[in-house]
Amino acid sequence: MGRGFGKTDTLTLRDKLLRVNWVLALLTVAIAAIGSVMLYSVAGGRLEPWAATHMSRFGVGFCLLLAIALIDVRFWLKLAFPAYVIVLVLLALVPFVGVKAMGAQRWLEFGGFQVQPSEFMKVALVMALAAFYQWTDPAKVSRPLYLLAPLALVAMPVALVLKQPDLGTAALLGAGGMAVIFLAGAHWLYFGLGIAGTAGAIPFLWQHLRDYQKQRIMTFLEPERDPMGAGYHIIQSKIAVGSGGVSGKGLTEGTQSQLNFLPEKHTDFIFTTLAEELGFIGAAGLLALYLAVIALGIYVAIRCRHRFGRLLAGGVTFMLFLYVFINVAMVTGLVPVVGVPLPLVSYGGTAMMTLMAGIGFLLNVSVHRSMDAGDGARTSSGFPGGMTFRR
Amino acid sequence: MADKPVVNDKARFTRRALILGGLQVGAFGALGARLYQMQILDADRYATLSDENRINTRLVSPPRGQIYDRFGYLVASNRDNLKIVVVPEDADDLEALLERVSAIAPIDPKDRNLVLRRALRQRAFVPVTVREDLSWGQFARLNVEGPDLPGVRPEAGYSRQYHFGKELAHVVGYVGPVSEWEGSDNPLLLIPGHEIGKSGIEKVRDKELRGTPGVRHVEVNAGGRVIRELDRNPAASGTDMVLTIDTQLQKFALERLEGEDAAAVVMDVHTGEVLAMASVPGFDANQFVGGMSSGNWRGLIRDPRKPLMNRTVQGRYPPGSTFKMVVALAALESGMIKPEEGFRCTGRYFLGRSSFRCWRRSGHGFMNMHSAIQMSCDYYFYEVANRIGIDRIAEMANKLGLAASYEEEFMNAKPGLIPTPAWKRATLGEVWFPGETVIAAIGQGYVLSTPLQLAVYASRIANGGYAVTPKLVRSLGDQLMLSKEVEKLDISDASLAIVKEAMNAVVNGGGTAARSHFDLDGVMMAGKTGTSQVHGLTAALQAKIRKNGGVTPRKYVDHALFVAFAPVEEPRYAIAVVVEHGGGGSRAAAPVAKDIMMKVLELDVAAKQAFELDAPLGRTAEDVSTQDG
Repeated sequence: MGRGFGKTDTLTLRDKLLRVNWVLALLTVAIAAIGSVMLYSVAGGRLEPWAATHMSRFGVGFCLLLAIALIDVRFWLKLAFPAYVIVLVLLALVPFVGVKAMGAQRWLEFGGFQVQPSEFMKVALVMALAAFYQWTDPAKVSRPLYLLAPLALVAMPVALVLKQPDLGTAALLGAGGMAVIFLAGAHWLYFGLGIAGTAGAIPFLWQHLRDYQKQRIMTFLEPERDPMGAGYHIIQSKIAVGSGGVSGKGLTEGTQSQLNFLPEKHTDFIFTTLAEELGFIGAAGLLALYLAVIALGIYVAIRCRHRFGRLLAGGVTFMLFLYVFINVAMVTGLVPVVGVPLPLVSYGGTAMMTLMAGIGFLLNVSVHRSMDAGDGARTSSGFPGGMTFRR
Repeated sequence: MADKPVVNDKARFTRRALILGGLQVGAFGALGARLYQMQILDADRYATLSDENRINTRLVSPPRGQIYDRFGYLVASNRDNLKIVVVPEDADDLEALLERVSAIAPIDPKDRNLVLRRALRQRAFVPVTVREDLSWGQFARLNVEGPDLPGVRPEAGYSRQYHFGKELAHVVGYVGPVSEWEGSDNPLLLIPGHEIGKSGIEKVRDKELRGTPGVRHVEVNAGGRVIRELDRNPAASGTDMVLTIDTQLQKFALERLEGEDAAAVVMDVHTGEVLAMASVPGFDANQFVGGMSSGNWRGLIRDPRKPLMNRTVQGRYPPGSTFKMVVALAALESGMIKPEEGFRCTGRYFLGRSSFRCWRRSGHGFMNMHSAIQMSCDYYFYEVANRIGIDRIAEMANKLGLAASYEEEFMNAKPGLIPTPAWKRATLGEVWFPGETVIAAIGQGYVLSTPLQLAVYASRIANGGYAVTPKLVRSLGDQLMLSKEVEKLDISDASLAIVKEAMNAVVNGGGTAARSHFDLDGVMMAGKTGTSQVHGLTAALQAKIRKNGGVTPRKYVDHALFVAFAPVEEPRYAIAVVVEHGGGGSRAAAPVAKDIMMKVLELDVAAKQAFELDAPLGRTAEDVSTQDG
């Protein structure tokens, strides 16, 4: 028992593999498999152009996931801030060297690969916040000074993403960051004030929204106002979901999807196709799988002995929850249309890698759960706290 | 781990993680509830919306009923016509769209402008026909490229074809695109390019000829492209129709009238079947199918000879002396005049302070009813009319069918005008003068009749006082349209016999139409001439014309009329001929009537077995070309 990162604290590979939460890993495979089936269906019963790519990406992603899970958590703790800074810089570069698509500039190109730094930021932000609290005295987290630093960590990427403009990702980053600060123990009152402040800022924010964003929100509030225009997607998506009924129209038989009444049916609106073709049973079933992942994520977080792991697992789980909730609420007309994919089901490389990395961290926390945060947390001398490993 | 932490960070995290977890579970519960509401509670409503989305109901144009003449010659039929229509509402840029269509199926620049103008004029969802008679290749290409040409619809439809377009233009009429005011109530009328009856029997019997549209359910994608056909309910073609007209006789009548502005109607006196109704000049009905160019249209409506007017039912002429049988029958039926009772014609009839001339200025001398009709003495009828009064004359004119319009069978047919004091008070607000009775007696003044009414009038006299009405449709499908029972009019046989005998004398007894006498193995014609003055030719004008050399401008020349029936003994056919500005009835109208009547008798139309639709087709369209007059 000691502080710091002694050699004795390392686990053998066998230990690690035993400690991986394999149920969580299997759930991931199951959800990605459902995604592949749906991508096969929306392509009219063909593996091309989406399902095959999705599966191979998942294969690559799964290797990434295992690698992240097995690498020592202390390495990730050390990497947290540098990673955050790198992604932040990439995000800041987007306006200058990024590729424009559909009215927003979100992509960076790396020798033929296009990546979205805003996607990577979702994990990087959680890591940075978790690392910050790892090194912060838990008793001081509610002090204003100790609150400002994590808020700045959240605010910088949110501001950059809003600038792109990407409302969905900004909301995701903001909400995810707040969740980590909340889990870290910041006082209740701050959140009460924050919510009130956000509500007060809405009129100001409204003025700074792009026309198409205003349009989306207006359309969300009243889709029938413009059924052939901006409201079309919401209406068609709702029709598709509702017409699925209890057991759905059958794979590749969804008329709304197959006849192109749906937009972005292989990405943001894939849940609509699933709900149409597999019905309530399929849709509720997929939600249950996600809920199981979330429950396991919270379980992993609670069981972890060190603060970095707890907050990392809790933050990643909440991010995953936000993805699912916003996407499903969007296609069922509960929230405005914002571009948020459905984790592991929607087609898209960057999101897939981000999510696999995120779940990799969940498994990592599960593997390294027994490391002790030690007393560094409560003694000024022990600050920043280290980790010890206990068998 | 021995010291007690100031803050139990792990417990706090667990607490907060469970709170946040509860929030997440709650949010998922909300999503589940939303799905339950949409997919289970409201599933039916959404399923309906989904079907409405994907299933497009398209109407299939029914073929229009075919029209035959009384002997089975095809008069109007349908041919396949592949066309392009554009729904302006669905097109983003109509001009650019037409440009692209033009690359596949060339569009005449004139037609292009016409389409653009039409698209502007009517409501945006009313389809405009862009081009017709596409080749299969063009049609197929347009079908394939359809999804990239929003608003363009290739339509396989029918086009009306008139095999006697010139001969029967007035009778059969023509079809044309649905006008906006005609649409909307009937979905059939919204089928792009669907044509409906616009004139003639095509319009009068449009409902029967139309048929019932078929319905095709097709699955379409969001772009409107047809993915597949789900089901099809075939269209029921319209009812076929047999006309009473004999095209051969019709052709002959038209040729005989050629060059004049004239009309002739031949009727079967017993059934009322119209065997021929010729109006000259005419036009070609085929010009109207699919819309006519505005140049042609202007030419037709501006032509001073009015080729579009069907003179047989729309031309209203003073009947002149052909009206005298009305007065004669009214007088005989009133009992106020004995047939042998005579008056001395002095050439001038005095009534109060006015005087009225007989057409024969020197006078006819002593005239009774027979000789007055034979010689068409005006004086006699002035006197008779003055005695019996206008109301009795009007009543008899009504009985004999001179007032009715027969518009239920004849498109835009005009009613006759039989004036009475009551009519004058009601329409002109003036009192009736005795002089007007006298003028009416010789079919002048206010009296107006159409050639069709004159033919009905001649028929009713010839058939012994039966109220036949003119018929143009012999059968509709398997239903015979001729009336079985014809009402007997309240006119005594004796009176009719006197009048018929006098009409016989007009032609065969040295009367006014003696020059038109014929004798086909004892079969002869009886008739009555009429010469009616044209409105506007005043006495002062006549004097002026006489002073300037005596050549009357054509527009002031009298109309020539003739009504007749044959054979004299057992009448079967009646005819009425009007030659506008032809001069005297005996000179210009009677010879025409004679020739046509001789042709009728030669063909003996009424005696021949007529075509029946349910019987095996007697003649086919191919035979049409071999027919000659």
